[in-house]
Amino acid sequence: MFYRSVWNPVSGDFGAFPFIVGTLFTAFLALAFCTPFALAISLLLGEYWRGTTWSGILQTLIEVPAGIPSVIYGFWGLFLVVPLIRSLESKLHVAPYGVGIFTASVILSIMIIPYAASLMIETIKLVPYDLKEAAYSLGATRVEVIRNVVLPYARSGVFAGILLALGRALGETMAVTMVIGNSNFIPKSIFAPANTMASIIANEFTEASDPLHLSSLIEVGVLLFFLTMVINMIGKAIIRRTVSGAYG
Amino acid sequence: MVDNGVSFRIFKDNLFKWSLVLVSFLATVPLFLILFYVAKNGISSFSWTFITHLPKPPGEAGGGILNGIVGTLLLIGWSSLLSIPLGITLGLYLSEFREGFFSYWVRLCIDVLQGTPSVVIGIVAYAWIVITMGGFSLFSGGVALSLIMVPMIVKATEETLKLIPSALKEASLALGVSYSKTIFKVIIPSGLSGIVTGILLGVARVAGETAPLLFTAFGNPFVNWNPLKPVSALPILIFNYASSPFPEWHQLAWGASLFLVTIVLLLNAVSRVVIRKWKVQF
Repeated sequence: MFYRSVWNPVSGDFGAFPFIVGTLFTAFLALAFCTPFALAISLLLGEYWRGTTWSGILQTLIEVPAGIPSVIYGFWGLFLVVPLIRSLESKLHVAPYGVGIFTASVILSIMIIPYAASLMIETIKLVPYDLKEAAYSLGATRVEVIRNVVLPYARSGVFAGILLALGRALGETMAVTMVIGNSNFIPKSIFAPANTMASIIANEFTEASDPLHLSSLIEVGVLLFFLTMVINMIGKAIIRRTVSGAYG
Repeated sequence: MVDNGVSFRIFKDNLFKWSLVLVSFLATVPLFLILFYVAKNGISSFSWTFITHLPKPPGEAGGGILNGIVGTLLLIGWSSLLSIPLGITLGLYLSEFREGFFSYWVRLCIDVLQGTPSVVIGIVAYAWIVITMGGFSLFSGGVALSLIMVPMIVKATEETLKLIPSALKEASLALGVSYSKTIFKVIIPSGLSGIVTGILLGVARVAGETAPLLFTAFGNPFVNWNPLKPVSALPILIFNYASSPFPEWHQLAWGASLFLVTIVLLLNAVSRVVIRKWKVQF
């Protein structure tokens, strides 16, 4: 069922391939949007502004969005982001749906920035002073220290932060369901409407009267569970290795 | 030539720093936009009738979200009832027995549970409770939400209790106090702030959860107190009304969003205060 590409509850065809594609597209696009922002925030908080008033303010501003329920992101996205994307799409001469993979990724990336950033901040703070000071004493400017010392040292932690954010993005349901456009076909472009594994479950689960339909949705859920579990495990393993390496 | 491109390197350094500042503050813009939008659209529907009346059918203005408020409170109550005792017990176990086969597996399971997407937790609660009991219900919603709360409470309890110095426990045991009494009178009271914070954050999290409730609590246009019948909740109400084509219902959804965001952010703020004021320190 995971490689068949037709999902049609009426005729009893259940191939989940379109949703797997939709999930991977939205999640990775969201990661691509969120990584530069998360990295910039974590460099400011972990290196430049460490322990200043500004860092406290920025920290709070980054943490508050993590508490806002995802259904609110979806609702807000439906009424503000969707019209914006629609006008962008008509400028780019693609079909102006407004809803679709691109919109879902934009909203997802806003939602996962706090998760990616919080771990990156911690690992950037773990970079030993000796190394940074050695680079400064050789005459390096701050940006050179960051590029040649801080980022290489914190590389695996940054990667783990991205992985945990990916685990979050894959499983995010409500905000995505509300703005992705619910189309059961393999998306043809990043602006096309689609469905992710989580959104197809949220959309069709209560309406599934056919036992095969229900079982298929549950199987999609099982796949989603294993996917997020593996990604989270790898992320946590990297964190454990980094932390013990830094202290040991 | 003395310069050797130093001024260019310094320029690059400054450019990098200010672009970081710019990008970071760009990332906070959506937060303000969300809060502004929810406040702007929600404030007009806020009134006493809004929180004391049921929703009106589409086409009629006015009405309230009483069913959602009562439903959310009941769901929080049920999930707290199920998850707080279990969460604290597990957290206590993990902090008391840090090594060992069983602790390792419990910790692993809690980690996996914490990373599980909420929609999958909804499916699990559906398979466990809804199918077994033959219908959508408040109770099944409570079970689903408690599965989300348990890992949060376990983590908070474990992390806090780990900070308590073992000398405190040993002093109590040396005075001849029994182990169970030491736990209830010494260890748990010293770590109470961390446990309370974990519970508050858990409540804030589940108050906004929608996905697992769609196929457990299901939603209900009326107020319901019966644990065996479906209930509504604020997030379900927002989802259903936001996806409807009626402007009156959109208005209700904005009001409900403002209400929900206020509650959730207040809970988060209170938990921060609790952390700061009652910090576990020795």
